Amino acid sequence: MVKMHLLDFFDQTAKRKKGDVAVEHNETCITFEELRIRAMKLGSCLIEKLGNQDCAPVAVFLPKEIETIVANLGILYSANSFMNLDIKTPKKRIDNIIASVRPALIITESRYIKCFADTSVPAISIDDYDWNDMPYDEGALLTRRRRCIDTDPFCLINTSGSTGTPKCVVLNHRSFFDFMDASNERFHFDGTEIIGSLSPVVFDIYDFELCMMMMYGSRIILLDAMLAAFPAKLLEKVADSRVSFIFWVPSIMVSIANMNLLERIALPNLKLVWFAGEVFPTKQFLAWYDRLPDTVFANLYGPIEITLDCTYYLVEERPPESEPLPIGIPYYNTDVIIINEKDERCGIGEEGELCVRGTSLAMGYYNNPEKTRESFVQNPLNHSYPELIYRTGDVVFIRDDGNIMFVGRKDSLIKHMGYRIELGEIEHVLENQLKLVKYCCAVYRYSKKEIVLFYEAEKDISDKEFRLALSKVFPTYMIPSVYIKTDELPRNTNGKIDRLTLKEKVNAEE
Amino acid sequence: MREEIMAMLTELRPEFDFANSDDFVADGLLDSFDIISLSSMLEEAYSIMIDGLDILPENYSSIDALIALVRKSGGKTE
Repeated sequence: MVKMHLLDFFDQTAKRKKGDVAVEHNETCITFEELRIRAMKLGSCLIEKLGNQDCAPVAVFLPKEIETIVANLGILYSANSFMNLDIKTPKKRIDNIIASVRPALIITESRYIKCFADTSVPAISIDDYDWNDMPYDEGALLTRRRRCIDTDPFCLINTSGSTGTPKCVVLNHRSFFDFMDASNERFHFDGTEIIGSLSPVVFDIYDFELCMMMMYGSRIILLDAMLAAFPAKLLEKVADSRVSFIFWVPSIMVSIANMNLLERIALPNLKLVWFAGEVFPTKQFLAWYDRLPDTVFANLYGPIEITLDCTYYLVEERPPESEPLPIGIPYYNTDVIIINEKDERCGIGEEGELCVRGTSLAMGYYNNPEKTRESFVQNPLNHSYPELIYRTGDVVFIRDDGNIMFVGRKDSLIKHMGYRIELGEIEHVLENQLKLVKYCCAVYRYSKKEIVLFYEAEKDISDKEFRLALSKVFPTYMIPSVYIKTDELPRNTNGKIDRLTLKEKVNAEE
Repeated sequence: MREEIMAMLTELRPEFDFANSDDFVADGLLDSFDIISLSSMLEEAYSIMIDGLDILPENYSSIDALIALVRKSGGKTE
């Protein structure tokens, strides 16, 4: 079958797995056949609402529940693409995203509909409809879908940008097929996987889990976000649901290791563990590795802009505790080039910026040609024809054994609790939007995993004042933990605030 | 201890009224980031180690539950 649209595969999977459970959430579940019909009903309803529009982004503002998956698939059936929003995000930020992307429609629930009362984009409540009696036209949906091509958007994901408005990454169907094929080549999926889904619906990991369900018929167990706060409960749920595959960010796995929970809660069904998004400290990784000798572990690496991940390291022998885990080797059909400051290919051991070439590249940032041009650029090694690469901003080197090692960032982007945060965005908002401080600089303290803010201001500002003001603009994970007033921030010779000095300062205090 | 813990909570989430909540977790006053922050604040303030098996929603639901958690984890009772 030509790999064009992910629903072509879901239609087949649903026919094959009919009455099997596709998604489970606490006491509720939905079978493949039920999910397909519910999604087609929503798709038909969307076509009616949107008329001839297709390929348009449709926003989804729902908590992580079965309805969210129905909404995502329904949008795909209407030949549009979905953009999931986090219900925990402050209204101001949601409004910014809506104003910049201008989706065709917002799908939410009646309890949230008033959030969009003053929004120019129409919003519907998914629970306002009687889905039992709703008609659907499979033929019309298919005709419409046949107008799509594989480079049309599948989903849109917002990520922190330095200007105060998130950048919205556009990912197409083909890049997901590419990642699924490359992973399958290495890990051999057969649809018996039971996935313990912990990522928020705004992460690309969630989209990967959707693809596993659609393409292979794996079962998704939706784990409530609150479980991330209570690791013992989380592991019990994973054990009770017989989860066989998890793809989590290291933060939560580190907490579990530090609490010695793996010694006390057995996970006999867990066969495959992927992690990505941050550095997993080797000491805590070994707690997992040693406790689960029959489980396969892989460290994945990649920014959203290249669709999930572009390199992986399959842990085939016990890594030495003193060494960081490699990010590994490129996936099949993905090329990674490491480029130095002179735009030349780096040699073995030489540090440079990791750049990605291939089908996995995103289409760019939605309604944002400037940012797109900055990151998606002509391959400097190719002078003969147009070929885009994505510059990740991550500094890496290739080790003698061919594995790529992660070193750090070129700019002020950090990964915190699995979220990508542009520290410049926090500074921009404090200085220009809230006008709370004259100048400020945010840095990350790695040992405590906290954001530290240094600021210059005429009067003292309490932590409470900062938190209160910031909580109206940013989600919790973007709010600094420590606030330090200084008479004058260190500056370099150009007069620019010297972030490096402050970064070294907070990371040296051990 | 009651006042100290209340101060920690309002420092974490100044926008919420903890005094008028019967269940901080169920009412959504504390999310997973806050639970982690609060745990380390308690550990530091009372020189305790909270056992991972005690990090449960019921132990973070109210001031009384948090006081009981601190005591259970070896915190001195003033």
